Amino acid sequence: MKTSGSPSLRDRIAAPVRDIPRSGIRDFFDIVSTMQDVISLGIGEPDFDTPWHVRESTVFALERGTTHYTSNLGYLELRKALAGYVGKKYGVNYDAESEVLVTVGVSEALDLALRALINPGDEVLYHEPCYVSYRAVILFAHGVPLAIETRAADGFRLTRAMLEKKVTPRTKVLMLNFPNNPTGATMSRQDLEEIAAFARERDLLVITDEIYAELTYDGPHTSIVSLPGMRARTLFLHGFSKAWAMTGYRLGYACGPAEVIDAMMKIHQYTMLCASSFAQKAALEALARPDSDIETMVAEYRRRRNFLVSAFAGLGLECTRPAGAFYAFPNIGKFGLPAKEFALKLLEQERVAVVPGTAFGACGEGFVRCAYATRLEQIKEAMKRLGRFIGRLG
Amino acid sequence: MDELLKLLLANACESRATIAQQLGIGVEEVERRIAEYEKRGVIRGYQAVLNEDQLDLDKVTAVIEVKVTPERGGGFNRIADRLSRFPEVRSAYLMSGTYDLLLFVEGHNLRDVASFVSAKLATIDGVLSTSTHFMLKTYKRLGVLMETNHEDERLTISP
Repeated sequence: MKTSGSPSLRDRIAAPVRDIPRSGIRDFFDIVSTMQDVISLGIGEPDFDTPWHVRESTVFALERGTTHYTSNLGYLELRKALAGYVGKKYGVNYDAESEVLVTVGVSEALDLALRALINPGDEVLYHEPCYVSYRAVILFAHGVPLAIETRAADGFRLTRAMLEKKVTPRTKVLMLNFPNNPTGATMSRQDLEEIAAFARERDLLVITDEIYAELTYDGPHTSIVSLPGMRARTLFLHGFSKAWAMTGYRLGYACGPAEVIDAMMKIHQYTMLCASSFAQKAALEALARPDSDIETMVAEYRRRRNFLVSAFAGLGLECTRPAGAFYAFPNIGKFGLPAKEFALKLLEQERVAVVPGTAFGACGEGFVRCAYATRLEQIKEAMKRLGRFIGRLG
Repeated sequence: MDELLKLLLANACESRATIAQQLGIGVEEVERRIAEYEKRGVIRGYQAVLNEDQLDLDKVTAVIEVKVTPERGGGFNRIADRLSRFPEVRSAYLMSGTYDLLLFVEGHNLRDVASFVSAKLATIDGVLSTSTHFMLKTYKRLGVLMETNHEDERLTISP
């Protein structure tokens, strides 16, 4: 396509897109996918299949011909069920008509939220290590990402002192994700109270990604939206991927003040139109009896978490005890290898895939993410191989 | 149900050490509790779950609905107990509905089971009638699907 005198196609790609590197996870996937017999602790999705009654209801929806567009906001029936679920769980009530938007996963909800709120140059505070997309979606929305490094010493929790060091008068939004991918960190009500007080004092809007809210192992999750004065300045984002093992359905939702939901809906209606209709019907079925499905999975994740933490201790690996999501983030710094090299060597020599901590932000150096959304026998074998590997590293 | 029992139900062969690690308790505690369950008779045995269709066994299984006359004083228990003692009877349940006892009976072949029914079962005092169904194929047993090879369709690495 290139003709003399005209810029290359690469130069014609929009700068905010061109300048963002591909996800480090993607590169790693390309390597892993060429290999045989790999035990992967690198998978960020449940190993459970979607509960059968949910799949069955999807088939029924298709049989009935539920294959058309839905309202931009999503089926009202589903929005009512979502408002009911959030209300019951967190004591925060939303109007299903105007304060709930059904999206294509939390990923879309996050993108809509940032595009709806950010003017070019507005700053967005977020904590690292974090989900791979945060920095990129802030940049795509022409915002300025302000990363806050959380540390193993604090259990990867966010503190007010950390926020105070980074905030400026141009800061508009604070993004939170607890339970956290990749660290498994959670925030207690007390931890969140100081963050909420900070947000109120600085008049920040809060976007909270609560995709792992149901997956906590040492006590129930508290959402920042349930704290006094926070409902009016918080966007609560959630979805069905993790707790209901519905990743491929791509179904999420946002709850928030009507003005913000309306702004998000405008982008959604012009770019996405609506989330999949039969996925929405499946979500209704999932909400009809959420507890029994989730309880079984949570109990299994908790046992694996316990096993993994104990196995790391046995191998002499330091690891903050993860209290949520399905990730452990052990410290591999003492072996003197960069995280990426450690992960590559482990993969080559022992056929165990973990994700280098740097995929989740620069401060993830010295750590690797191990997902325990994998059968216990696999985790056991992976620990055996990891033990052999670090034995050789000395 | 105790989580320890759930783990044993899922895999009774799991090492005590791994069970302890999953529950966050010591190995001695796991052994003590298992011994206690065995002593109380809560745990009555350990068996492998076989896909017998793969073994080409010289064996058939029949499910037999049995109507009986309950006894004054003992109800169904005495006759159920008596039926359960036949080695051919692998499982026995008291049921609600149109019959009283449901038996799972094994024999080498159809004739074998038929002779058990006519010569033993039906002749017992109190047995009013029987209805025998032969099992043709097992799809799921004790919560375990007999279909093998469940492929993990997930990407090997994902965010």
